[in-house]
Amino acid sequence: MIPARFDYLRADSLEEACQALASDEDAKVLAGGQSLLPLLRLRLSYPTTLVDIGRLPGLSGVEDRGDHVHIGAMTTHDEVMRSPVVNAACPLVAMATATVADPAVRHRGTFGGSLAHGDPAGDLPAVVLALDGVFVARSERGERDIPAAEFFVDYLESSLRPGEILAGVRIPKLGEGWGYHYEKFHRTAQAWAIVGVAAAVKRSNGAIQEARVGLTNMGSTPLRARAVEAALRGVEVGEQVRPACEAAAEGTSPPADLHAQPDYRRHLAKVLTYRAIGKAAGAP
Amino acid sequence: MTELDAGLVGEQIAESGQVAEPSGRREIGRARRRKEDARLLTGHTRWTDNLQQPGMVQVMFLRSPMAHARITRVDVSAARELPGVLAAFSGRDFADEQGSLPCAWPVSEDIVIPDHPPMAVSEVRYVGEAVACVVATDRYRAADALEAVEVDYEPLPAVMDMHDALTPDSPKVHESGNKAFSTTITSGDVEAAFRDAPVLIDRTYIQQRLIPSAMEPRAVLASTDGDTFTLWSSTQIPHVLRVMLAVTTGIPEHRLRVIAPDVGGGFGSKLQVTAEEVLCLLLTRRLGRPVKWSESRSEGNLTVHHGRDQIQHVRLAAEADGRIRGLRVELLADMGAYLMLVTPGVPMLGASMFNGIYKMDAYEFACTGVFTTKMPTDAYRGAGRPEATYAIERVMDELAAELGIDPLEARRRNWIRHDEFPYTTVSGLTYDSGNYEAATERAMALFGYDKLRAEQADRRDRGDPVQLGIGVSTYTEMCGLAPSRLLGMANYGAGGWEHGSVRMLPTGKVEVITGTSPHGQGHVTSWSQIAADALGVPFDDITVLHGDTAVAHKGMDTYGSRSLVIGGVAVLQACEKVKDKARKLAAHLLECSPDDLEFEAGAFKVRGTGASKTIQELAFAAFTAHDLPEGVEARLDSDATFDPDNYSFPHGTHLCAVEVDTETGMVKIRSYVAVDDVGKVVNPLIVEGQVHGGIAQGVAQALFEEAVYDADGNLLTATMADYLLPSAADLPAFTTDRTETPSTGNPLGVKGVGEAGTIASTPAVVNAVVDALRPRGVRDVQMPCTPERVWRAVQGTRGGERS
Ligand SMILES: Cc1cc2nc3c(=O)[nH]c(=O)nc-3n(C[C@H](O)[C@H](O)[C@H](O)COP(=O)(O)OP(=O)(O)OC[C@H]3O[C@@H](n4cnc5c(N)ncnc54)[C@H](O)[C@@H]3O)c2cc1C
Repeated sequence: MIPARFDYLRADSLEEACQALASDEDAKVLAGGQSLLPLLRLRLSYPTTLVDIGRLPGLSGVEDRGDHVHIGAMTTHDEVMRSPVVNAACPLVAMATATVADPAVRHRGTFGGSLAHGDPAGDLPAVVLALDGVFVARSERGERDIPAAEFFVDYLESSLRPGEILAGVRIPKLGEGWGYHYEKFHRTAQAWAIVGVAAAVKRSNGAIQEARVGLTNMGSTPLRARAVEAALRGVEVGEQVRPACEAAAEGTSPPADLHAQPDYRRHLAKVLTYRAIGKAAGAP
Repeated sequence: MTELDAGLVGEQIAESGQVAEPSGRREIGRARRRKEDARLLTGHTRWTDNLQQPGMVQVMFLRSPMAHARITRVDVSAARELPGVLAAFSGRDFADEQGSLPCAWPVSEDIVIPDHPPMAVSEVRYVGEAVACVVATDRYRAADALEAVEVDYEPLPAVMDMHDALTPDSPKVHESGNKAFSTTITSGDVEAAFRDAPVLIDRTYIQQRLIPSAMEPRAVLASTDGDTFTLWSSTQIPHVLRVMLAVTTGIPEHRLRVIAPDVGGGFGSKLQVTAEEVLCLLLTRRLGRPVKWSESRSEGNLTVHHGRDQIQHVRLAAEADGRIRGLRVELLADMGAYLMLVTPGVPMLGASMFNGIYKMDAYEFACTGVFTTKMPTDAYRGAGRPEATYAIERVMDELAAELGIDPLEARRRNWIRHDEFPYTTVSGLTYDSGNYEAATERAMALFGYDKLRAEQADRRDRGDPVQLGIGVSTYTEMCGLAPSRLLGMANYGAGGWEHGSVRMLPTGKVEVITGTSPHGQGHVTSWSQIAADALGVPFDDITVLHGDTAVAHKGMDTYGSRSLVIGGVAVLQACEKVKDKARKLAAHLLECSPDDLEFEAGAFKVRGTGASKTIQELAFAAFTAHDLPEGVEARLDSDATFDPDNYSFPHGTHLCAVEVDTETGMVKIRSYVAVDDVGKVVNPLIVEGQVHGGIAQGVAQALFEEAVYDADGNLLTATMADYLLPSAADLPAFTTDRTETPSTGNPLGVKGVGEAGTIASTPAVVNAVVDALRPRGVRDVQMPCTPERVWRAVQGTRGGERS
């Protein structure tokens, strides 16, 4: 990798990191580097300073906090997908994380980095959106909570302010009766999703009581398929599910790229939502 | 030991156990693990990029962002001022000495070979063409300095589409126009074959452009002591390169040494004389410092020569019972912007192979090479033959569909029967040997052909959203490039022989020197097996030297599945000459006639007595030279240059079953059976590896890979996120087996295997995809058969053709 010149700061404290970021708007956080380094390599990004938060205490690890799970921003994908707490309390996060790239990337890439990067093609943003996660941002001024619905602003753009670091994410526990599935559609094992669907379904008495559907790569941010969620409420698990999923592409504006045109992505969103809901509802 | 006591030393050698006992087992045919691997896998490697020289500097190239433009100004002065920068040059600075990159294959009388300066001087013709370079103490400084080079371009229109390029009012890539060459080959009465033919098939297939992706990106290092030059390059062709560089740069051949150190794959992409090789030499000459260039993967995607890229119009005429009357092929072959080493020859390597394994009376092949403003194309695994095989094997399925018969039945009615070999085909090649029936039978059994057909019918009946498709490919290929006589007839600029030599060392060890240049094929292992059997010495007592023109002084290098069938045979012949010399010496020492000696397990034995001399004893006796017969030199060393009379023609039957998800368009390979016949096998493990890798690469063309340019000539697939290579996780476990029909063209009975898998597998996979969707009226899906293209074919819209 031959990036342009930059300064490197390995922060010893969160304060130091926040300060460095606040004092220079072209400074950037370096987490696992799995998205940032490719940008530097292609010289698509010219940060003045990389603020390495890899050694900061308290940013890494998974904690069960009763009504929610807290995942530290610097927790690697590999740690997340293997965490017993995550697998028990919010398995959708583990399922989606296991589809991210390959083992090498998963050992370096971080949960927080994936979300802060704000790539709508990333697998985790749609998941955290579907689960109504809460983002915890830290800055010199202190801590601030950002609901998932407000975190993703645009393509590669989050509502983190200059000088703010994502410290972690709180994933609320949904409780009993929920089933989950992440349906990722991609051409090779380590490729990004052409479209992905994160589904959480609560069943009672053979009917869908509540459904949450997050869409990967169907717009400039991750999206909730609200129309599907509404249409599924109270629907018997069976023939009525497919028509409800026909609304999956409503309100989306999927990108056009080498792997898919928008109309194809819209079609996939419907098919994959149907499959994701079916698998999530089948495994409560 | 001041005085050499030959007897004592000889005994010591024998007693020290240094000379391993020959196992008595034949080495040829043994699944030997590769000698190369321990070293490679533990990182004791010499990749060009890892080599260091005192005072070495790095060069990086500024590459054109425009597909087609006039260069009106290049200003490198600001770059020269930056820290760590030694020099910066534009193409103009080298205009008088850089010459033109060579094309060794003027395939026709009308061919136009445009000037191809290593660094563009006045015009750029593809995105990625070098326009300037910076030499700095390291790559980081060089890359920074590149950003300080200013270039003004006056845009010219890009020429991207071959059909458009051939229209009279198309913008021109070169002043001479966009036609590089045209050629036609006719055999038999084609008009008659097509007149009133009961069955006519007329199809057009697109061979998409591919980007060879060797594991090791290219790298070059050049140095000079002021008198001689050494060039290390990640190349397949150190010998050809030396000749070509001498001609191009004017550095006399005897003062130029070319070394291919460890080379991590090539697949044809390193069968080239590159701009970077020429320029590193010129830079080291100008600067007096060792100069290294190492490409990044994205730079490689832009500038490593690309492969395939043809539009194939294929017409087949047949009798009502399916017997083929004739075949007509019209090719447009995208040359890209220039003709590189064998660019125009690639489609011509397929010219005689479109008829495949089938008998017919008439054949016509017409090819037009077209210039476009893209990276030049050139050899890529199979070079011309995968394209030809794809077309004929696709069309055979169409013929079967037209007649409503099984695709294998359509083939059976037309293929050359095993009792008809040697067989001279309609295109004039003589196939040495083969048994298509046997390979097909074995493949069908392993595949469970009938059961899968039954499952297919069931899924069709049920309207299962996941449909099953079965694809067939009964291929042959022309390998072992090539008889020099035939290359001469094809107007190729060199011969196709290969050289091998054997040095018998005083301690009985053996150095085999080969002119082949392995870069992943395991020649060190296989050549050791050949020499071990021929000389009766242990496998472990043999080392194989290669890839350095100062060590292996003669060679034609490695490509075209030629190494074993030509280079391996040369090694065998050199071993035979060693034995001839040893026999004379043995007869002298054993005081018998050479005719009384029989050679067995590494020793000459006097028939009927116990007296014998091992080849190691004889090597030592030749070394001491104390007692040599009249007219025998003090060495057993020998060499041989082998030039085959004919190509050899491996063949096989590949069967592929795919599951096509009609709702998403996703294609999943359910099972894959390959039964190949590559003649005699020297090392089954290596053959297996070649087959596996080959199939993977062919499947990649069918389902994953495509170089995509936009209308302005920008390469959209410059990174591996966009240019999709499958990994092991994306491929099924292959079921492989072999039949063995020895080649009659060489004493080892071997045929090539390096390209077979790639040639065979692409049509097998696409035939399977189309077979799954045929009841829906689909008869083509353009490669790669991406989920989107398959889905659109199912929808009956863009991306797939319907009948
Ligand atoms: C080959 C490859 C394949 C991949 N495939 C997938 C895939 O299939 N699915 C998928 O979801 N992802 C994929 N990724 C991306 C991977 O998941 C990355 O780990 C992730 O996108 C970024 O995490 P990171 O820790 O590496 O962040 P970095 O690359 O270090 O940072 C990314 C961006 O986020 C910012 N940032 C990082 N952490 C913080 C923080 N705590 N606070 C504020 N800003 C921060 C950085 O400044 C930077 O702008 C792939 C990556 C590679 C290299």
